[in-house]
Amino acid sequence: MNKREKIFLLTCLLAGVMCMNAGAMHIMEGFLPKTWSAVWFVVCIPFVVIGFRRISQAVKQDSKNLTLLALCGAFAFVLSAMKLPSVSGSCSHPTGVGLGAILFGPCATTILGLIVLLFQAILLAHGGLSTLGANVFSMAIVGPLVSFGVFKLLKKLGVPSAVCVFAAAALGDLLTYVCTSFELAAAFPGEGFAFSLAKFMGIFAITQIPLAISEGLLTVLVYNVLAKYSRKELDALGAL
Amino acid sequence: MKLWQKNIILAVLVVILAVVPLVVCKGAEFGGADGEAEEAIGEIAPDYEPWFASIYEPASGEIESLLFALQAAVGSGVVCFVLGRLTAKKEQ
Repeated sequence: MNKREKIFLLTCLLAGVMCMNAGAMHIMEGFLPKTWSAVWFVVCIPFVVIGFRRISQAVKQDSKNLTLLALCGAFAFVLSAMKLPSVSGSCSHPTGVGLGAILFGPCATTILGLIVLLFQAILLAHGGLSTLGANVFSMAIVGPLVSFGVFKLLKKLGVPSAVCVFAAAALGDLLTYVCTSFELAAAFPGEGFAFSLAKFMGIFAITQIPLAISEGLLTVLVYNVLAKYSRKELDALGAL
Repeated sequence: MKLWQKNIILAVLVVILAVVPLVVCKGAEFGGADGEAEEAIGEIAPDYEPWFASIYEPASGEIESLLFALQAAVGSGVVCFVLGRLTAKKEQ
């Protein structure tokens, strides 16, 4: 076996290990009552409409933005395919939408998240079409909004860029799952909203803490490269 | 510190974060958090029946892992392509 074959094998092995655990997060197909499914769909509509507009604006502004958008979308694609083990003894995956939110704002990122969620719902039976609205709301609206807000706020306070990016991506990831817990608790209050919320938070949010840190670190990794080699574009987007 | 040194440190930290749970929680199942949520819903609302089923289910765990690997491969392909273009030396 030559060196190249060894590297190839090792990569295959790594990819295999990363994908071993099936099933992770997002609200499962059919697991929201019809009224709630409809509510979340309606809530998402304005964000999706504005999102399409934001994307065409960004591309018109500078065609290089299209490359950066592809990068953000692909980043979300990779991260949400990686189910990582967590200290709670179960698995979940990061969302990867923080980078898009920092570069292009929350609404443009809604579209990127929507694409990832559609892919997983249709091909992987992960998440679902009936719960798409709720999942888009948590992963592609609340998460990016938090990331965007945290980044802008810390930036204003004069915190170094790398720290801003880390906090923005990690908190966006964590709040996505807090939001998922809220959505489930609202749909299944059982003995009381607070009781259900605590239960779902225990499952989703606790698992997510170390993964949120990982997501923060990986986002900083890519951001570092962009800040060095794509400084002009980042500056124009207000993301430096 | 150089950029690549910083980024290697970041990558190593991520690997450590992924390995620690495997060592600390030996014997844990490491199932999906959404499966646990499904159980929790069963406890809270035992009468609830899912009203919509996935239009396509991967034929087996192997096929599902194939599709997840594909998702990661396509994603990382695009990420690396773009980063490669950005960092390539400009032709004189």
